[in-house]
Amino acid sequence: MNWGSAAEFFAMGGYAPYVWGSYCVVALCMIIEPVAVRARRRAAAARLKALEGAARRTASEAAA
Amino acid sequence: MINWFRFSSPQTFYPLAGRMVPWFAGAAAILALAGLYLAFFVAPTDAQQGESYRIIFVHVPASWMSMFIYLVMAGWAAIGLVFNTRLSYMMAAALAPTGALFAFLSLWTGALWGKPTWGTYWVWDARLTSELVLLFLYIGVMALHAAIDDTRRADKACAVLALVGAVNIPIIYFSVQWWNTLHQGASVSVTRAPSMAAVMFAGMIVMVFAFWAYSIAVALARARAIILERERHSGWAHELAAA
Amino acid sequence: MTGGSALAAALGVLRRDLLLALRRKSDALAPVFFFVIVASLFPLGIGPEPDLLRRIGPGVLWVGALLATMLALARLFAADYEDGTLEQLALSPEPFVMLAAAKVGAHWLVSGLPLIVAAPVLALQYGLPADTIAVLVASLLLGTPVLSLVGAIGAALTLGVRGGGLLVALIVLPLYVPALVFGAGAVDANLAGTGAAAHLSLLGACLVIAGFFAPWAITAALRIALE
Repeated sequence: MNWGSAAEFFAMGGYAPYVWGSYCVVALCMIIEPVAVRARRRAAAARLKALEGAARRTASEAAA
Repeated sequence: MINWFRFSSPQTFYPLAGRMVPWFAGAAAILALAGLYLAFFVAPTDAQQGESYRIIFVHVPASWMSMFIYLVMAGWAAIGLVFNTRLSYMMAAALAPTGALFAFLSLWTGALWGKPTWGTYWVWDARLTSELVLLFLYIGVMALHAAIDDTRRADKACAVLALVGAVNIPIIYFSVQWWNTLHQGASVSVTRAPSMAAVMFAGMIVMVFAFWAYSIAVALARARAIILERERHSGWAHELAAA
Repeated sequence: MTGGSALAAALGVLRRDLLLALRRKSDALAPVFFFVIVASLFPLGIGPEPDLLRRIGPGVLWVGALLATMLALARLFAADYEDGTLEQLALSPEPFVMLAAAKVGAHWLVSGLPLIVAAPVLALQYGLPADTIAVLVASLLLGTPVLSLVGAIGAALTLGVRGGGLLVALIVLPLYVPALVFGAGAVDANLAGTGAAAHLSLLGACLVIAGFFAPWAITAALRIALE
């Protein structure tokens, strides 16, 4: 074990802003990116659904 | 006989990618936990740099992945140009943003490492400067794709650009190294680690694999989104949406 | 063997482009004026101290020539693309590679060569000694063709695309880094007394590589744009 206490761990020997500034930004990006990709896929699927609904409606109107 | 092109149609690739994403995401999470454990609780304090050196456990993976992803992107670009398979172009488009993100993270973590170690946030060393140029190359490819309305033309143009960039990367890296050694006597390499303990190296490698699994997961997921966006005129996509 | 007629066709394209450029001299001279203005802006921004100017001179002049070359790229294929000449060139029985290379060559003669002529005069503004000016001219002679060739790839990729000029810059500037490093480095090395031979050799190597590979990339990009 490297750290005597939790306080030591968070202090990172005085380099806390740099170490945590790095890790937090990396973690943030690697959380936001997948979330954004999922939102993008969902939006594309929703658009397809809307187009499909519109197509079905015009087809049924044409048949009628 | 293996049908190499079986999964080269978006229709067959979409569900395959959907099954692969959770596995790679899970692998990324496990590897990241293992790597972070090694990075913080096993690897000892560095004699010269203190605790700030622990940034390499994210800086080096980000750098390596940014370069590796560019090569993979260029590879898909080449396959697309040779075989005219539209899914190859979609894979290249799916990889670019993740690669650019890693290039940015490499610069960000490199700057935060440079400040306590060499006193300034930006050091014009060969690796960081080449990373900056790599970020510009990524941005160029993405900007070109966004600027061309015709998807087919955009795909092919970006493929050519990605390949031109890939060929240039070694030349750019060499020229920047040349420039750096002439202008700075004592080399200040951000990734200098001559006496890296085995445990530090192990932690770094585990994190590299974590980033690699993450990249695959995100790229496959983004490829699925791109497929849905582009294939909106095809029957299978509408059936998928109707389901 | 179509070797002879291919060369003749290429020279024909070269002659035509030169003739067209001569008819619109203002278009052709704009890059040089830009170069002169930019070279004059830096002392205004930094201060007239001679030692400082001599130190930054090589880099500033090289970046200025680089930016001027890049701005001139807008004229390279655009006119022919718009009036259909480019399509005719692509359809011609002669190898498109040679015709495209001829266009780039003509472009360099019209836009690049005047920069090389202007450079010594501007170098005097920065107080560079005579032998350094000679190295500057040599580096530009080797380097501006590289910039034209690599820039032509960017120009071809962005034909008719909105956001043209800035987009070309975004695409092409990272690819310009080696030429800039070796070119400006050569002049710097001469100024510092360490000799420019190595830099100029590397720049020459860049020119050879660009000369061999760029025309193929340019042709591929043009075909994509013409589809």
